[in-house]
Amino acid sequence: VKNYRLKPPQIIISAFLILLIALSYILHMDLVVLLNQSMVKLVMNGVLVLSLIPMLNVGAGMNFGLPVGIIGGLVGMCLAVNFRMTGFYGFFMSILFTLMICTLLGWIYGLILNRVKGREEIAGTFIGFSFIPLMNYFWTLAPFQNREMLYPIGGQGLRPKISLENYFNHILDNFGLISIGNIEIPVGLIFVYAIICLFLYLYFRTKIGRATIAVGENEAFAKLSGINISQTRLIAIIISTIIAGFGICIYAQSYGFIQLYDEPLSMAFPAVSAILIGGSTGKKTFIFEAILGTYLLQSMYLLSVPIANEILVPELTEILRSFITYGIILYALLVRERRGINS
Amino acid sequence: LRIKEEASRLLDSEYMVPAIFIILSYFAWQFSGLTGSFVFNQVVTRFIRDGILVLSLIIPVVAGMGLNFAITVGAMAIQTALLIVIGYQVEGIKGILLAIIIGVFLSLVLGYVIGRILNRVKGKEMITTIIIGFLFNSIYQLIFLVGFGTVIPVANKEIILTRGIGVRNTVDLGMYRNTIDKLGLFKIGELEIPLFMIIVVLLFAAIIFYILHTRFGQEVKAVGSDRQTSEILGINTNMIRIKVMILSTILAAFGQLAYLQNIGMFDVYTAHMNADIISCAALLAGGASIKKAKIRHALMGIFLFHTLFIVSPQAGQNLFNNAALGEYFRSFVAYGTIALALIINIKNENKFS
Repeated sequence: VKNYRLKPPQIIISAFLILLIALSYILHMDLVVLLNQSMVKLVMNGVLVLSLIPMLNVGAGMNFGLPVGIIGGLVGMCLAVNFRMTGFYGFFMSILFTLMICTLLGWIYGLILNRVKGREEIAGTFIGFSFIPLMNYFWTLAPFQNREMLYPIGGQGLRPKISLENYFNHILDNFGLISIGNIEIPVGLIFVYAIICLFLYLYFRTKIGRATIAVGENEAFAKLSGINISQTRLIAIIISTIIAGFGICIYAQSYGFIQLYDEPLSMAFPAVSAILIGGSTGKKTFIFEAILGTYLLQSMYLLSVPIANEILVPELTEILRSFITYGIILYALLVRERRGINS
Repeated sequence: LRIKEEASRLLDSEYMVPAIFIILSYFAWQFSGLTGSFVFNQVVTRFIRDGILVLSLIIPVVAGMGLNFAITVGAMAIQTALLIVIGYQVEGIKGILLAIIIGVFLSLVLGYVIGRILNRVKGKEMITTIIIGFLFNSIYQLIFLVGFGTVIPVANKEIILTRGIGVRNTVDLGMYRNTIDKLGLFKIGELEIPLFMIIVVLLFAAIIFYILHTRFGQEVKAVGSDRQTSEILGINTNMIRIKVMILSTILAAFGQLAYLQNIGMFDVYTAHMNADIISCAALLAGGASIKKAKIRHALMGIFLFHTLFIVSPQAGQNLFNNAALGEYFRSFVAYGTIALALIINIKNENKFS
């Protein structure tokens, strides 16, 4: 964090955010409610963003194959719901199932990515894209028993949106919720987020974590110092995949639904853009940058919805969202490659 | 070890992917229970619809820039041109010509911009073109969903949503529908062959063949096979790459025009969305790779890919009693073909370097 410098995208987003806050103040919106929501949104999306860090730091680029980890998490939650595990027990078991499934998926994903070294981003994009229709078979054909998850008619195949109402809806959101006046601080939720941040921080302090950063910074040099490149990359990719799985579990408990089928298709790009707004350039990334980026981006989205509704074009938020998402990714691609040539 | 070598050679062979597609389509066709003539007519329709779009991918591959997922930008350029022409109610052949002129001009400018961007991300062209496609899609939506009726005045109120802002989701191309398809329509029994449009697609193939055999084409090939050497030989590689992107974008614009006039309806916000994925998968199905693409790959690929595309929903319905499964199979084939081609190609590239 020492030599942290503001970069153009952050300045633009911050200016935009200030403008939105001013606008919402003029339009007499309830800023306290928005502040409360912004904290939930930070963690809801933040863990998915954190999951990108190990892969960025090992030099495997922006993980556009995020759907792989997300699907692992979805399977984990579906299993827990299928066995009717409720409350904390249900959420804990989803996390446990996710851990097992994502370790396996991450291992396979890592083996593939190790073969396409240097071009992980494009390969990951299409691995993610093609994994989704493949898993649609699973959602349709797997023998899940719980009627609450299946299509009401026919009884075959999972619903696209499974309600968590009777299971672990808002389990972390409401855990240790502290109210100060109108301000509600979801302490439990933020605590879980902090644990994951701390885990990542400690991971990069260990021997294998230092090796991860070394591989990301200079692969040839790392090889000379006797680091097993493939193995280090594999571990980083597995950790990324596992955290992505946790991320979707936390996302789903906040959102209240498990979203299956084509839903993970569009989740990778916003997560990547968040970390880039935080100041990452698609290479070595600090945890702080992921948190900052997620908070800036999510608060901005949060503010822009009611404002766009106020000015009568509701589609504007969605368009603006994708414009910012892809604009920032393109910017990062351009900046990173230019630096690559100079250094 | 011998078997492994043998297997990897087989996997690299140009005929491997087409062979898989032939086998898969044959079985899917058998299970679908569709008549041969129906499938044939459908495939021919797809051939004239998507042919030029697939062909537009060839030159960037030859130039070593990989699959150009940004052909959606060319598609959006011609759609913009069409909306402008419809907005000002220019009808008939005059309208089409005007749309082509505007579309080509827009593609030229956008192709130049894309070329400039890609020159800064050498080696990462494909991921960049995907992002460019998505980015331009949001700009396109911004213009037509928000800009039309607010900032940009529109004369033709029929294409605007009732709230007065934004273009409708579907715009009728009634005045241009199937004007060209019906030219020279042959019928042999139940088979319908729109001869004129087939000739148009083949004409575009011939143009690309010609371009690749001119001096410019030779330079493109040189840049594609070895950029450093061609730079030393005095070829302005950056300029060549920009020209390649301009050409590809313009061809894509023509491709989308052929597509839209065949369908006759125009889904303003979705018509261009999957043009890139389907065209790339079709090209790869014909045996092309991300390093090598020939015109025969494109022409054969469209037939193979779309045969599977047409029969698989019905086959899914008959096999599993669930049409959605065939639908998933379709998207899996489209994305999976590209994923597999990428993995195999990059792996080989890494092995040799």
